[in-house]
Amino acid sequence: MLDPTPNGLHSGEAPLLQTVGLTKRYGDFLANDCIDIDVWPKEIHALLGENGAGKSTLVKAIYGLIQPSAGEIRWQGAPIVLSGPSEARSRGIGMVFQHFSLFDNLTVAENVALGLDGKESFKDMSARLEQVSKTYGLPLDPRREVWQLSVGERQRIEIVRALMQDPKFLILDEPTAVLTPQEADQLFVVLERLKAEGRAILYISHKLEEVKRLCDTATILRGGKKIQTCNPRLETAASLARMMVGGEIKEVKSAPGRQTTIPRLVVNDLSLAPDEAHGVRLEHISFELKGGEILGIAGVAGNGQDELFAALSGERLSKDPGTVVIEGIAAGHLSITRRRKLGAAFVPEERLGHGTAPRMKLSENALLTGHAASGMVNHGFIDTAATLKTVDKATETFDVRKAKRDPEAASLSGGNLQKFIVGREILRNPAVLVVSQPTWGVDAGAAAVIRQALLDLATAGAAVLVTSQDLDELTEIADRIAVMFHGRLSEPLATRDATRERLGLLMGGSSLEPKEAAHAVGA
Amino acid sequence: MQLVLEKRAERSNTIALVSPLIAIGLTIVTMTILFAILGKNPLLALHAYFIAPLTDGYSLQEIAVKATPLVMIAIGLSLCYLANAWNIGAEGQFLIGAVAGSWIAVKTQGTDAGAWVLPAMLLVAAAAGAVYALIPAICKVKFGASEILTSLMLVYVADLLLDYLVRGPWRDPNGFNFPTTAEFDPVATVPLLIEGGRLHLGSIIALLVVAAAAILLGRTIKGFEIRVVGAAPRAARFGGFNANQLVILTFAVSGALAGLAGIIEVAGPVGHLQPGISPGYGFTAIIVAFLGRLNPLGILIAGLFLALTFIGGEQAQIAMKIPLDVTKVFQGILLFYVLACDSLILYRFKLVFPNRQVARGAG
Repeated sequence: MLDPTPNGLHSGEAPLLQTVGLTKRYGDFLANDCIDIDVWPKEIHALLGENGAGKSTLVKAIYGLIQPSAGEIRWQGAPIVLSGPSEARSRGIGMVFQHFSLFDNLTVAENVALGLDGKESFKDMSARLEQVSKTYGLPLDPRREVWQLSVGERQRIEIVRALMQDPKFLILDEPTAVLTPQEADQLFVVLERLKAEGRAILYISHKLEEVKRLCDTATILRGGKKIQTCNPRLETAASLARMMVGGEIKEVKSAPGRQTTIPRLVVNDLSLAPDEAHGVRLEHISFELKGGEILGIAGVAGNGQDELFAALSGERLSKDPGTVVIEGIAAGHLSITRRRKLGAAFVPEERLGHGTAPRMKLSENALLTGHAASGMVNHGFIDTAATLKTVDKATETFDVRKAKRDPEAASLSGGNLQKFIVGREILRNPAVLVVSQPTWGVDAGAAAVIRQALLDLATAGAAVLVTSQDLDELTEIADRIAVMFHGRLSEPLATRDATRERLGLLMGGSSLEPKEAAHAVGA
Repeated sequence: MQLVLEKRAERSNTIALVSPLIAIGLTIVTMTILFAILGKNPLLALHAYFIAPLTDGYSLQEIAVKATPLVMIAIGLSLCYLANAWNIGAEGQFLIGAVAGSWIAVKTQGTDAGAWVLPAMLLVAAAAGAVYALIPAICKVKFGASEILTSLMLVYVADLLLDYLVRGPWRDPNGFNFPTTAEFDPVATVPLLIEGGRLHLGSIIALLVVAAAAILLGRTIKGFEIRVVGAAPRAARFGGFNANQLVILTFAVSGALAGLAGIIEVAGPVGHLQPGISPGYGFTAIIVAFLGRLNPLGILIAGLFLALTFIGGEQAQIAMKIPLDVTKVFQGILLFYVLACDSLILYRFKLVFPNRQVARGAG
């Protein structure tokens, strides 16, 4: 057994936070089974595990969102019972969630004010917000409304909101899932600084390289049980992965000798004005995507990826039909349903509320995109058996784990819901698949399944367009990578030429217009 | 100790079924207190409201007669509400339907027009109700005007139009100056189901409407479209469904059903057009729609229940001199509790004991 306190500095004092035999039972299901962890001040402690390993349950108990069924939480050595998150916050426990809880129509400052328990005036709070965001290098304009912000900027709000309470202990749930390497690097600087200030950080992640680089200690959970507490720097990514998964992770493999065929998705000089006040204008976007090929689009969030997805899917129409050509048919003016009938399929970034109706069953969510061209509708009547068949097939093919045959979409974990959504589209045998952030906040196992599915689809002859902020993902599966910056798309690079440095420069806009580069780095 | 609302992982189907019953229970408790304050014996009052009407055949028929327009209107409204389109003006669409259908009855009065009169009246009434409902719908889609306000305001326009017609051009010359049209001819009257009774063909039509709505919502892609547009607008757009089209469609259908209910009421139980043909059916139907969980079968049951309160209210007025307006108070309280109890479908109450730690520390 490895020494759980690797730097050996803690002898004689109590950990900042400790769980002792923490157990959470839901009916017969043990979400957390007797978990002991110790987190010390000045420590970044990783919590590693697959979806459903019990990471979320554990941190929810620590943050006071749920009451443990047995065991206890000790804070600075003394047992505590948290009545709720506000008590946790008042003791100095802060949390940044993976799914942001922000009101779109309120400003940054208003959102932060809503999350604070203090009684300071709005003006003072705004000033403090600007100061905290400046101090930690997390630039935010307090007056902007949240709906205008990118995912990365929204995360900044959550982090700043947590920091404004001056927490001694900060929980971060998959914080880099939405960030670019550069953004992640910036975040690590912030986290190192928080650590140096004497705070403790509980860091949930499944990006093993990042855990090895950042974290002092790692606790690995599997199936609700603690497997091991170790020093991640002394482990290899493979050994950590084995502990997480309880076996080897399948390598994503591209079939040898993949042939490209005819162009299946062509975009010709697509320009589109933004449809909201602070949206991004798409400017002169052109590319050609052949069957059998995967084109990756990299870029910092909020550079027009959402707008491009809407223009390709038909959620936004173009006046000129020739701007988007699907399977040789000019489709720029066609609705999303008509484009699906041409053989296109789409997977948006947001799983809940965009890709699925959260409070509807999976079978109904299969119908959501399947009604167009999958034989689920006869003369206006729904073929329920066919929709259920899609659910069963997606479940089987893509290993979707769920409590019952046809649950509500919102009840699935992120990774399982994403496998369902991707599966739902792939089962339609699309000629063209446009997918945005396919493994956004998804665990390693599910991500491997999804990436393999995209590769297999390309091997079968489909054209696949993947927009992602995860460069590792793009270099793993894409044949060519282009970068979006300020609504423009760079020339695609062959993946072997697309080094992190070259992509990073393009993501900063430097090879497009030197003047804008400086601006972009500041933004 | 603290009472908090906690979000459920998945919506509770049990509560979805039980919540209207909890609401009714709470309403009855509140009414009991209210009766006691009014100085009436609560038990006798509750008996008059809820039990007495169920004990004789005449009242039972009357309940079905009153439930008929409530159910028809509420079915239409439920489609709107499911699609996130807020039609509050069913009362106006009901009156316009009554007026438009009556126009044929008035024009053919005393002629030897044949059996086509009643079907024509029904059709014209439904069309007029639909067109009237399209005004707020189009204003919403084209100009972004709040359909809640515009549809509500049009109620008063319809009310005054009806008033003008029966006091002016359509007044029965032999009617002793009462503001009413002449009694409709037999060909312009909704036939009775039981000779000498009150139950009429309209109740059958209402049942057909319930069945059609159940099929529409449960089995068809259009019904799915209505549900998904209301439940998750962005996902609906991704699914290829057009929310604006559905605002137009659901308003038109609900207007048509309200208009149909209007002419059936006039050409059935009332027999002529006059002011006050509706004791607020269009508004009460909003309660019916929510009490019935926006579900066709639920609406049928809720419609019968609210009809019972109308009949019970009359009985309580006759037997115990309880003002008829208490019925409206009852209906208002019921809607309040229904909406309040609905939050339990997605949330649950939980007791939190922040002091437990102290207790444990001491032990």
